[in-house]
Amino acid sequence: MLELAIGIILGCCALGAGIAMIAGIGPGIGEGNAVAKACEAIGRQPESKSAVTSTMIMGCAIAETTGLYALVIAILLIFVAPGIMVDVLVSAI
Amino acid sequence: MQMSEKNTKTLKFKIVDCLLLVCIFLPIIGAIVLEILTRAPSEGISLSGAQIFFTIDMPIQKLYITEAQINSWAVVIAIFFLCLYMTHGLSPKANTKRQLLLEWIIEQTEKLVNGNMGEAFKNFAPFIATVIALSAFSSLMSLFGLYPPTSDINIIAGWAIAVAAIITYYRFKCGPLGYVKGFCDPIGMLPLNIINEIATPVSMTFRHYGNIISGVVVSVLVGAGLQGLSSLLLGSLPGLLGEIPFLQVGIPAVLSVYFDIFSGCLQAYIFAMLTMMYVSGAFNIDEFEIRKKKKELKKIKKANGGN
Repeated sequence: MLELAIGIILGCCALGAGIAMIAGIGPGIGEGNAVAKACEAIGRQPESKSAVTSTMIMGCAIAETTGLYALVIAILLIFVAPGIMVDVLVSAI
Repeated sequence: MQMSEKNTKTLKFKIVDCLLLVCIFLPIIGAIVLEILTRAPSEGISLSGAQIFFTIDMPIQKLYITEAQINSWAVVIAIFFLCLYMTHGLSPKANTKRQLLLEWIIEQTEKLVNGNMGEAFKNFAPFIATVIALSAFSSLMSLFGLYPPTSDINIIAGWAIAVAAIITYYRFKCGPLGYVKGFCDPIGMLPLNIINEIATPVSMTFRHYGNIISGVVVSVLVGAGLQGLSSLLLGSLPGLLGEIPFLQVGIPAVLSVYFDIFSGCLQAYIFAMLTMMYVSGAFNIDEFEIRKKKKELKKIKKANGGN
């Protein structure tokens, strides 16, 4: 019975990590838009390339944050959560 | 004249130079030796956090001295001696490559700070240069096969808390009342502003840590996958032939160029840029000037009243 419970905990942690990483879609779309617009701007005004590039990198870094939150949650779910959950389960029994 | 002066300096100058160069690499070599001595033998490829060397009992919580802290201190000492090496033998006329490089770095940093923070913050250039150097060299530690301090969340959280302290200091520059007023700026937005204030260091921490750790995870996964593939392809061959890791040659190096060098340096730049933006955004320069003038007027009035 205990093995089954531990198996369910491990499986659910892995599933949760996978579902959390769906958040990676958002930054992907956002950064793609940002880079596309930056390319358009450089094409229109090639002399402002350096300013546009540095602004774009800043914007990308900020847009990336939500995806990185999901990544941190996923890493916690895979590496940290199973140990804590199993400890709680064993102490409850 | 100049040549002879240079020649008289040469021997002593060169000895000090060599000593400083040795001092730059000594902490890194020490960290590598420590890593080799204490590395736990592991089967295959595994992901693990920083090794804990020893713990100190503290009243609230145990203090763990980990690999990340040791490596971080190694980076700090190495940067200290690098600065001594770069500034060794400065002359009013820049005639060495070292001095020209140093002047270029300082010029670029001052340009960056002036462009992003304005004239009021021109003393910030050394701090920003320190942040960039610390973050970039910490990420580059992985090139020596060491545990990079930036892939430990505690180290980056420490930097982000330091930045948050600076932000709070600049908010307090307009007085305690101005600090409270800044939180109630659009009326009724107090809770959101407080959350925003807490979210700043958290998001800075997660951004830097997430970028570095994602590189580490992807590199380890690719390494494990290539190991499995090459053993699958050559596993049927007898003896040593079956153990040649031919797929693991070259491909991880490409990933390392992107994740260790490019991503590490980019994150250092972004961390510094965000520091500059947040700090200069926290300081309301117009209000500060008004306050300063009011204080001066009060002082003059007091002095007149006393007379």
